[in-house]
Amino acid sequence: MAVSRNKLVQWIDHRLPVFSYLDHELHEYPTPKNLNYWWNFGSLAGAMLTIMIVTGIFLAMQYDPNTGDAFQSVERVMREVNYGWLIRYIHMNGASFFFIVVYIHLFRGLYYGSYKAPRELLWMLGVLIVLLMMATAFMGYVLPWGQMSFWGATVITSLFSAIPGVGKDIVTWLWGGFAVSNPTLNRFYALHYLLPFVILGVVVLHVLALHQHGSNNPLGIDRKGPQDSVPFHPYYTYKDMFGLSVFLIVFSIFVFYFPNALGDPQNYIPANPMQTPPEIVPEWYLLPFYAILRSIPNKLLGVCALFGSIFILFVVPWLDTSKVRSAYFRPVYKWVFWLLVIDAFALGAVGAHRPEGIWIVIGRVGTFYYFLHFLVLMPLIGWLERPLPLPPSISEAVLKKRAGGAVAGATAARAKP
Amino acid sequence: MKPRYVMTALLAGAAIAGAALVQPAQPVKAQAEEATPPLPDVSWSFEGPFGTFDRAALQRGFQIYTQVCSTCHSMNLLTYDDLAGTDGLGYSEAQVKAIAAQKQVPDIDKNGQPIQRPARPSDHFAAPFPNEQAAAAALGKAPPDLSDIIKARAGGARYVYGILTGFREPPKGFEMPPGGGHYNLYFPGHVIAMPPPLQDNTVQYGDGTKATLQQEAHDVVAFMTWASDPMMEQRKRTGAKVILFLLAMTGVLYGAKRRVWSDVEH
Repeated sequence: MAVSRNKLVQWIDHRLPVFSYLDHELHEYPTPKNLNYWWNFGSLAGAMLTIMIVTGIFLAMQYDPNTGDAFQSVERVMREVNYGWLIRYIHMNGASFFFIVVYIHLFRGLYYGSYKAPRELLWMLGVLIVLLMMATAFMGYVLPWGQMSFWGATVITSLFSAIPGVGKDIVTWLWGGFAVSNPTLNRFYALHYLLPFVILGVVVLHVLALHQHGSNNPLGIDRKGPQDSVPFHPYYTYKDMFGLSVFLIVFSIFVFYFPNALGDPQNYIPANPMQTPPEIVPEWYLLPFYAILRSIPNKLLGVCALFGSIFILFVVPWLDTSKVRSAYFRPVYKWVFWLLVIDAFALGAVGAHRPEGIWIVIGRVGTFYYFLHFLVLMPLIGWLERPLPLPPSISEAVLKKRAGGAVAGATAARAKP
Repeated sequence: MKPRYVMTALLAGAAIAGAALVQPAQPVKAQAEEATPPLPDVSWSFEGPFGTFDRAALQRGFQIYTQVCSTCHSMNLLTYDDLAGTDGLGYSEAQVKAIAAQKQVPDIDKNGQPIQRPARPSDHFAAPFPNEQAAAAALGKAPPDLSDIIKARAGGARYVYGILTGFREPPKGFEMPPGGGHYNLYFPGHVIAMPPPLQDNTVQYGDGTKATLQQEAHDVVAFMTWASDPMMEQRKRTGAKVILFLLAMTGVLYGAKRRVWSDVEH
């Protein structure tokens, strides 16, 4: 099949089928026609990764990974490099917005059961991306070598000292010395430059796994025929570009008008190993996990809970026993999902506060509920819940909704006593 | 079993188990400290999405920095030529050259011997002490560098204004620590090492502005805000253009998206 009438394109494609590949993966690629705007966040995450890599490369040209000059070199970018402030504020706020987008993407997957067969590996690759993002963001936050950089690095790397027996040695090995110091900063810089490309590689696998069975959709039922889908291009390319444009407006408001709103003022004070700041808090996107860590009174168990809270996501496809994907048709799970969302926000608030008084209580209940959700509620509700009847096909549900009724299944269920 | 009952049972179970985990909260240590009042409600020309710096206020603030603050505080991230031009304080290059020349900075002469020479516009602001240890030895505690001070404090400009105007007699029953210090309404813990740096008429303004404490604090905070974020005006200008462009692009893309989807029943 000729992808183009252009002779040069044909010549290349005959030898290196990039054009047929793109045509196959974008134009022929069938996508459910009923995706809502929550499905925009996957491509937004891709856009954010691109923005972060591009701005990061330009920052690296100016940055000096040396404890004596790291802080000053970042300030030099902000003050003396042409539009350096722009690149740095995009990168700095970009980290936050990357997490906002990815967290929404993740919760969308949880709500609509996008992790269920045959998309388990797609989901697991996604969790791996989140994990790599956290590592990358943590090491990136250390690079400006402000107070929070230094003390955050100290607190987080010290977690490994909880490992019985070899813990202390591991921490020394991670630091490359007997404290967070120049070797630590150097290796964090090297890894902070490396990991985004590892993420890019996993993203390629993530998209490959996605294109094997195509997108899930709000109804959570499989595509049954051509009437259920549209080609990805131009339908979703245009929808994604529109979404990206709206997203960039919100992002720009922060970059240009509130560039430091999401950061900690302490990080504009150069790192001082002799002076501990009054509060050591991670960036907002790690707060729920920080809360889980601090809610467990035992250090080793706390570290286990911290890692467990992320690793548990890998096995979600097998913890959820429901036969139905979308929470739209799951009257009980739907509510439990929103409780989890509330729990995540509550844990975020706990992480931002000193562990005193009521915050200890909320932290422990929140941590308990987090694990209860995945380990108990997910399997149990899947077994006990009676889902609403599913519509026969995507196109029928879409047409019915268009005709003014609610989605087929929901109306049918409500009619029953 | 109906889902509702399952849910109730599960939630009740969760609540009981959660409660079991919760140990009695430790009693919060009674705070002997006075509560910190809300930061003073002052306004500046640089606030808001279209706010710009008042160049006259910046120049007055720079005068206060030069005559008062700079005897103890460094401002290492700034160079004298930052003061020139539209992104600066509005001084001409000749003026900046003259300002710099009044300061002595350390250098090395042809024979490799350390010397002091008059500063050039490309030099960083001359610091009052050669290093932090020297500052701490002379003053008891090294004063913070002021380059980023507005960005580096929660509350920003209002907080620093509060510190400069918040010196009071300690309230009755408040015990000042034996090491000395000064009572300040807004400083965490209320005991600050810095003596009150500004009073009425600490400086004599060249432009006839009355040098009240409030005016001086207002001006020097404006100057420090500029110093923390000298690209603020360029940032806001660029932002307005970028957002206007994005709004237009969003409109066009929305139209395009609707048009592309018009032949699909959805």
